[in-house]
Amino acid sequence: MNGTPQVSNSANSERPYHLLAIETSCDETSVAVLRNGRDILSNIISSQIETHRRFGGVVPEIASRKHVESITVILEEAVRTAGIGLDQVDAVAVTQGPGLVGALLVGVVAAKSLSMALDVPLIGTHHIAGHIYANRLIGEIVYPALALVVSGGHTEIVLLESEGVFRILGRTRDDAVGEAYDKVARALNFPYPGGPYVDKLAHEADDEIELPRAWLEPDSYDFSFSGLKSAVLAEINRARMKGESPSFASLAKGFQESVIDVVTGKAMRAAREFGVRQMLLCGGVAANRGLRERLTRLCEESGVPLLIPPLSLCTDNAAMIGAAADLKWRRGEFTSLELKAEPVFSLEDWSVGK
Amino acid sequence: MDQATNDRPMWYVREVNSEADTAAFAAELAGRAGTGTVLALDGDLGAGKTRFAQAFAAALGVPGVVNSPTFTIIKEYEGGRLPFYHMDVYRLSLPEADELGLDEYFHGEGVTLVEWASLIEPLLPAERLHLLLEYTGPTSRRLRCRPVGEQYAAWCREMGLAPEEDTP
Repeated sequence: MNGTPQVSNSANSERPYHLLAIETSCDETSVAVLRNGRDILSNIISSQIETHRRFGGVVPEIASRKHVESITVILEEAVRTAGIGLDQVDAVAVTQGPGLVGALLVGVVAAKSLSMALDVPLIGTHHIAGHIYANRLIGEIVYPALALVVSGGHTEIVLLESEGVFRILGRTRDDAVGEAYDKVARALNFPYPGGPYVDKLAHEADDEIELPRAWLEPDSYDFSFSGLKSAVLAEINRARMKGESPSFASLAKGFQESVIDVVTGKAMRAAREFGVRQMLLCGGVAANRGLRERLTRLCEESGVPLLIPPLSLCTDNAAMIGAAADLKWRRGEFTSLELKAEPVFSLEDWSVGK
Repeated sequence: MDQATNDRPMWYVREVNSEADTAAFAAELAGRAGTGTVLALDGDLGAGKTRFAQAFAAALGVPGVVNSPTFTIIKEYEGGRLPFYHMDVYRLSLPEADELGLDEYFHGEGVTLVEWASLIEPLLPAERLHLLLEYTGPTSRRLRCRPVGEQYAAWCREMGLAPEEDTP
């Protein structure tokens, strides 16, 4: 699995190095070029406005055919925007998993072809490691660190005892936080994806309908949000049976408070238990204002420094994949051309030195 | 072929009172599942579709956490008696679903369970078992089954499900 350590090309050398990274695990087609593992020279995402125009308003979505249509355009644009030649690319990184197999395959095939054509190493990369290492694009990570990964498809608490070594402490047993938001939004008649509407509505609420907190077993870092979703639905039904119209704002606030209490509560408990020196918030739901504010306050109170990437690096993008791939690049841990897309892919097994 | 003597589809039903009963029903189905089994699951938000899928997966022997596939559309699980393909097509349009190549899963080596399946009914394989979870109380559900194909009709009969009375 590991290729020859290319010491002359690695971080030890004076010459800057360029990683080209590709992400196609779900809805977005994205390609980025990073210099020295941290400087973003380009980070092109299919849903960006400029790309919209190029596609005549068609947004590439989950279907792999749409990734196929957009990948070469976005690749070219990423290289052009970066202002480098393809001969300056030192390695090609690609999201290997987890994700939709058809979508992943498009990125994997493109990355393999490029790696072979340019005769540079290939680095298969874990999508969640990407979300976590998006933080290294904005600051220094101090270990041991704790990552709270909250997105449409993932809700995980990950301990990083040292750089590139991942240990999952907890994960969702049913809905991811983003999914729970979107489903509650559906119940409140917002269009999909409705998470941001719920966040906004919660902030406009004067009062709160108190909803249960799912703490699970006392020592567990796992999450469960489906009971909370049911509680929201039950509250809507209860009000309607009485001929009242439920207060959507108070429900949104009640839901948001419950989610934030549990998510930040567990993250802070893990931070104490493992004596972490830094908290990392990542994934698309890091855009949630209520969550950011609460976690910021709790981290300040506990004296744990907190990093939150800007929204553009929280949602799926290729720069974060490059940032994670840089862990492997600096260690000369490359992936062979036999690389396969892995819809189910273990984060812990992707740790460096394995 | 539907089992009804007329052109109306045949429905079978079981009333359950608890989440444990729903899980037991899912386990019965899992016991019958084989390569190419397709369960088309529907029910309102909060009816317990993912909970049903979890019980089904557990009975297949799928290790680890089976959580919601809403965002990723499809999650694949290995390590059970058969591979388990868990889908949620809620956020797909029919053309998008068509492009995903779902047939690869339906005719693959494992068992497929599709949440919100009625949204993509034209893309479902010729033989499948429709399941509708209806809320009848906080923990009770009416489990309605509509077999398409003789194999699934036989399951419903062998499991002793009650045929629903024909409605005029």
